[in-house]
Amino acid sequence: MTALAFDTLLAIAIAATAAGAVVARGLYASIALFIIYGLMLAVAWVRLEAIDVALAEAAIGAGLTGILLVGAAARCRAVERRTGAIGDGSGERRTLLRTIQGAMAGVLAAAVGAAVLLLPDSAPGLTATVAGTIERSGVSNPVTAVLLNFRGYDTLLESMVLVVALVGVWSLGAEQFWGGRPGLKQHARTDGVLAYFGRMLPLVGLLVGIHLLWAGAHAPGGAFQAGTVLAAVWLLVAMAGLRDAPPIASMRLRLLIVVGPAWFLAVGAIGALAGSFLGLPEAFASELILAIEVLLTLSIAVTLVLLVLGVPRRTT
Amino acid sequence: MTVFDILTLACAALGMVFFAAGTVGLLRFPDVHSRLHALTKADNLGLGLIALGLIFQAEGIATALKLLLVWLLAIFAAATASQLIARAALTGLDDDTPADPRP
Repeated sequence: MTALAFDTLLAIAIAATAAGAVVARGLYASIALFIIYGLMLAVAWVRLEAIDVALAEAAIGAGLTGILLVGAAARCRAVERRTGAIGDGSGERRTLLRTIQGAMAGVLAAAVGAAVLLLPDSAPGLTATVAGTIERSGVSNPVTAVLLNFRGYDTLLESMVLVVALVGVWSLGAEQFWGGRPGLKQHARTDGVLAYFGRMLPLVGLLVGIHLLWAGAHAPGGAFQAGTVLAAVWLLVAMAGLRDAPPIASMRLRLLIVVGPAWFLAVGAIGALAGSFLGLPEAFASELILAIEVLLTLSIAVTLVLLVLGVPRRTT
Repeated sequence: MTVFDILTLACAALGMVFFAAGTVGLLRFPDVHSRLHALTKADNLGLGLIALGLIFQAEGIATALKLLLVWLLAIFAAATASQLIARAALTGLDDDTPADPRP
C-alpha cells in the first residue's frame, strides 16, 4: 500500500516536472525543472531495481546534461543581449515554428506511448542468454557483461560520440584562441570557503569514483558513472580556482581524451583477427574489461570536463 | 509500535518542518543570497533529522553509517553548490563578462 502510494506520487511528480520543463516561461526555469525531472527519473529507476540506469541517469541525464544546458542558456542570453534578439524570430514565424515543434514532439510521444502499450506481457528479452553465458564474460555484473563484452559496440560508439561532441564544441571557438585554455578564468579567494571545499571534496570524490569503477565488475557502476564523478572532481577543482584547465593544444590532454576509445578499438580489432570484432578471448576477458574500463573512465572524465568548460576563450 | 518507530516518526516529522520552512524561504525571500541562506540551513538540518530518523530503522551498523555518510556528503555538496551559486549571483551570471576578482 505504502509502495503503491509512493510510486503514484513519484509518477505524478515525474509527469509534473516534465510538463513544467516544457511550459516554463524562462529558459533557466525550464532547465531547473529538467534537472529535477532527471533526479525523479533516477528514483523511478531505483524503484524498478535498475540501479545501473539510475546511477547513469542521475549523473549524466540530470547532472551533466543539466550543467551543459545551464552553460548553453548563459551563452544564449549573452548573445541575445549583444545582438538584441535570439534566432527564434517573432510574431507569426515564431508561432508557426512552435506549432511545428509541438506537433512533432506530440507525434514522437504518441509513437513511444503506442510502442509501450503494444509491448508483449512477457518481454522476449535475452535475460536467459545473458545469465547462461555470463560466466564466460569475465565479470559478474550482467549490465557490465552486456555493455563491455556481449554488446561492446554500444559502449565503444558512445565513448566515440563524446569525443566527436568535444571536437564540435572546440570548433565553435574563435580562431585566435585555438589551442588556448577552455572557458573563462575562475576567480575564487584562495583562503575562501569554496577553495577549502575544493581541496577537501576531491578526496571523497576520487574515492567514490574509483569505487564505482572497481565495483562495476560485480555490482552497479562502471566507466560512465565513475567518469562523471571524476569529472565533477576536476570541475570542482577548476571552479574553486585551485588549478586552471590545461590548454587544448596540450598533447597529454589529447592523449587522455582518445586513450579509452582507442584502446577499446584496438582490443576489438585484435578480436577481429581472432574471429569476431570486439569479441574478448575468454581467458583474458576479465583483465581486458578492467583495462578498458579504467582507460574509458579516464577518457570519459576528461572529455566531460572539457565539454562543460566549453570553447577555448583565452590564450594564457 | 516500538520506541524506535516513535523516534523515527518524531525525527522525520521535525525534519519535514525544516524542509517546509526552507521551501517557504525559497519562495518568499527577495534575493538569491537570502534564498540560499534559507535553503542550505533548513535543508541540511531537515535531511539530517530524516537520516537520523531512518537510522533508528536500520538493520545493521553498516546501513546506519551509510545513512550518516549520505547526510554528510549532501551537506558538503550543498555547501559547495551554494558557494558557487552565490558567486555566480555576485558576478551577475553573465558568461561573457569576466568574473569580478574580489579581494
